[in-house]
Amino acid sequence: MTRVLEVEGLVVSFPGEHGRTPVVDRLDLELDAGDTLALVGESGCGKSMTALSLLRLVPRPGRIDAGRIRIDGEDLLALRVDALRRLRGHKAGMIFQEPMTSLNPVLRVGAQVVEAIRLHERVGVLEARRRAAELFERVGIPDPAERLDAYPHELSGGMKQRVMIAIALAARPRLLIADEPTTALDVTIQAQVLELLRELRRDTGMAVLLITHDLGIVNEVADRVAVMYAGRVVEVGARETLLGAARHPYTQGLLRSIPALAPRGARLPEIPGSVPSAGAWPSGCRFHPRCPRVFDPCKQHDPDWTALPGQRVRCHAVARELAS
Amino acid sequence: MLGNCAVAALVLAGLAAALRVGRSPLWRQAGRELRRRRPFALLVVALYAAIALLDSIAWVDHEGGGVHEARSLLVRAFPADFREASYSAPLADVEFYGGAPLRHPGSHWLGTDILGRDVLLQALRGARVALLVGGLTSLISIPLALLFGVAAGYRGGRVDDVVFFVTSTLASMPGLLLLVALVMALGRGPVQVCIALGVTGWVGFARLARGETFKLRELDYVQAARALGVPELRIVLRHVVPNLMHLVVITFVLTFSGLVLSEAVLSWLGLGIDGSWGQMIDQARDELSREPAIWWNLTAASAALFGLILAVNLVGDAVRDILDPRTLRERA
Amino acid sequence: MSAAPTGAAALAEPLLRVEGLRTWFPVRAGVLQRPVAWIRAVDDVSFSIEAGRTLALVGESGCGKSSVGRSLLRLVEPQAGRVWFEGVDLLGLAPAALRPVRRRLQMVFQDPMASLDPRMRVRDIVAEGMQAFGIGSSESERSERVARLLARVQLDPGQMWRYPHEFSGGQRQRICIARALALEPRLVICDEATSALDVSIQSQILNLLRDLQQELGLTYLFITHDLGVVRYLADRVAVMYLGQIVEEGPAEALFRAPQHPYTQALLAAVPSLDPARRHSVAAAPGDVPSPSAPPPGCRFHTRCPRVFARCAQEAPPLYGTASGASRCFLSDPGAATPDAGPAR
Repeated sequence: MTRVLEVEGLVVSFPGEHGRTPVVDRLDLELDAGDTLALVGESGCGKSMTALSLLRLVPRPGRIDAGRIRIDGEDLLALRVDALRRLRGHKAGMIFQEPMTSLNPVLRVGAQVVEAIRLHERVGVLEARRRAAELFERVGIPDPAERLDAYPHELSGGMKQRVMIAIALAARPRLLIADEPTTALDVTIQAQVLELLRELRRDTGMAVLLITHDLGIVNEVADRVAVMYAGRVVEVGARETLLGAARHPYTQGLLRSIPALAPRGARLPEIPGSVPSAGAWPSGCRFHPRCPRVFDPCKQHDPDWTALPGQRVRCHAVARELAS
Repeated sequence: MLGNCAVAALVLAGLAAALRVGRSPLWRQAGRELRRRRPFALLVVALYAAIALLDSIAWVDHEGGGVHEARSLLVRAFPADFREASYSAPLADVEFYGGAPLRHPGSHWLGTDILGRDVLLQALRGARVALLVGGLTSLISIPLALLFGVAAGYRGGRVDDVVFFVTSTLASMPGLLLLVALVMALGRGPVQVCIALGVTGWVGFARLARGETFKLRELDYVQAARALGVPELRIVLRHVVPNLMHLVVITFVLTFSGLVLSEAVLSWLGLGIDGSWGQMIDQARDELSREPAIWWNLTAASAALFGLILAVNLVGDAVRDILDPRTLRERA
Repeated sequence: MSAAPTGAAALAEPLLRVEGLRTWFPVRAGVLQRPVAWIRAVDDVSFSIEAGRTLALVGESGCGKSSVGRSLLRLVEPQAGRVWFEGVDLLGLAPAALRPVRRRLQMVFQDPMASLDPRMRVRDIVAEGMQAFGIGSSESERSERVARLLARVQLDPGQMWRYPHEFSGGQRQRICIARALALEPRLVICDEATSALDVSIQSQILNLLRDLQQELGLTYLFITHDLGVVRYLADRVAVMYLGQIVEEGPAEALFRAPQHPYTQALLAAVPSLDPARRHSVAAAPGDVPSPSAPPPGCRFHTRCPRVFARCAQEAPPLYGTASGASRCFLSDPGAATPDAGPAR
């Protein structure tokens, strides 16, 4: 399997009250062709910033301080701007959370897709339009040829999201980064878009990095799952292993606190406290103030990876368990 | 008398605002930010304000017979009866035309005008008039604008239609002509001019307040207050108006300079306030065509005007950036 | 009228009974701003809630569930219908007479940041309702009450002099709950109260709401789109689509055996969390029609996988089912087998 995405030691920081504050802290990820990796976490964990940094789209005044990002073998951080522009869209495409604001409201949607096509291939406008109509059909937009001339405000949320997917696919990327693609959509529309993503994955062999906070979506679409907390990945594993037998206390807490899985009427198990904001991360293991299995080393040392069949965990308690 | 009441009102308003600002950490932080960004411009404005204040504290000396007029602290800083007979150049010893010796040779730093009045003193006294125009007019126009704008925005419907009609009508009339007509009707004192400026100038801010109120009315916390059973007037005073305050501050600072310039135009037409820079400039008009030209009174008045307007505009731009709701939210 | 012959006969008058509620919003155009179309946000909605129970009002965006909540509080004015609360018709009251009733009918909003005035201190926010109704004889007594309320929602009372932006999302939502409780209401409408919160915070707030219901005997109308939360918290569920209630019944029964095709599609679309089974299905193709131009006949027929000829011609009424009601001809006890039609 070819490795489409490799991230090592990624650090993204923003200026804060006491110098630069990291929001993504020494993050590691890998993704092979044809695989779907879900990056899960709650708000403030740094997952969106991770997604943006993969295309070097981190908004100022933030910046990538350290780490290595390789997309299809190319070192992203060493690229010059023109090479970077060629890579964006062609090697890696991105779809965003808010379909309302991700499309230019004064341009027809067909024109926006055509623009994406012609940025990466030398084709005439007519040919590009034909391809755009094909893409629209591929993503399930009814009456694709007519829809090319619609303005974004004439389309529903689900349709706009499909247009976004069409734009992302226009240059046939190897990697698709989807940042909360269905969060703003209704449940029934979300099901349609998830089905579309599954189909596309099957047909094109793209690698997909899916950023989400919804564990249900993770179960539906992902092959592997990485759980993020306070700027780091704390657990990675195959979907069934992680969802069925998570080892990290945070993942376990998250799974338990989902109301859909809880018996009616009983108290929902809670994770006490709240997510620490960047700049106020606790020392040692960042989850330790909220962890039911905390013990001494947790307060001082950030845990290393502990490998298990089918998953890796960063947890002192798990390491101790395995050692004994 | 009326003028002094106006000044007193302004000072009280200023103190009230300072107290209000002092109590809220949000505003205090904005103030600190402003001091950090524009210290020099703030200093200049404070200087003008200090001079204006000096010129506002006046009393009459009752010694000697005859009618004396009230002389302010500023005037008293200069020698008594600091007048000459006619023009003299800056720092000159003799009159400009004719060469007759001056009573206070070499002490008129900016010369004297046609009536022999010291130009420097005139220019300094103009500060009081300018700040009066900017301040008192805003004190009249901003509450008017808030009243109409918020009422229209919050109530909508009929009220909005009426207010919209009034503002559109006012806005369609040529501003200067309306101003002139009002001043001629009201009379020529400083307060009357401020009233005229205030009554013709509230429309712009009213529209802004109306639009912002529309937005605020739909926000969840206003709905929550309605759900709590809070009476409507209280909701407006407690939730809507305080959240318009940043617009009030921005509008006040940015229109200040426009008002001072409007008064200058009125003076040009002979309808302004006595003692203002506009009047000085008006009086100096003819003198440029003399041979040799008299330039010092025009220059002094223009420079004083320019200095205040520039400083206020610089402060105003910084205020607008600091109070921009986006930056407010980000800081929060 | 809610046609549901429930499993047990209603012993007492329900705390809240809504009949035929209708709230339409005009779409204005033209120089004279005349209404050219109407958004039928709430179209003939009826339901009731017993004291101490929780009714969940479920649906996707545009179904009108938030408008129902606002109509009950008369934050928007309905055009027709009756809202019987503690035996009094709220819609028939003059605004002055409505004020004292507002105490007992409170609301918690969705966005915890937008529902707190950023320029007011938390203590003043929570005390505002008390001031409006003259509860508490002095400011210091009101501060004491605020302290007790904050403690009850598990916040540190010492923080009451801070501003909303100094708190996290979950804490702000607790402040909103404290504010709603300040007036000692009987019915609390939670309008997507947990939708803007992270999963781990959501469970804290749900537990809090549950505890408060048990401690204070509160009744909830829980408006949400999240079916997982509904299953956990609600006694009865009403499903809305394009301004109408399409199915209603006890939560257990509805989740086990939904009758209406829209409810079935909704449940099928929810992503499953069981790693052994991934079965979310896009059962309702197409997009939701605009609320200003609902389809003729049954409003769901354009997306319904079980549509047949009658659906496009007649609008189905609410038929009673085993434990609830369903607005679908398939539940019509009188009809034999439905006419054969194009199945999707």
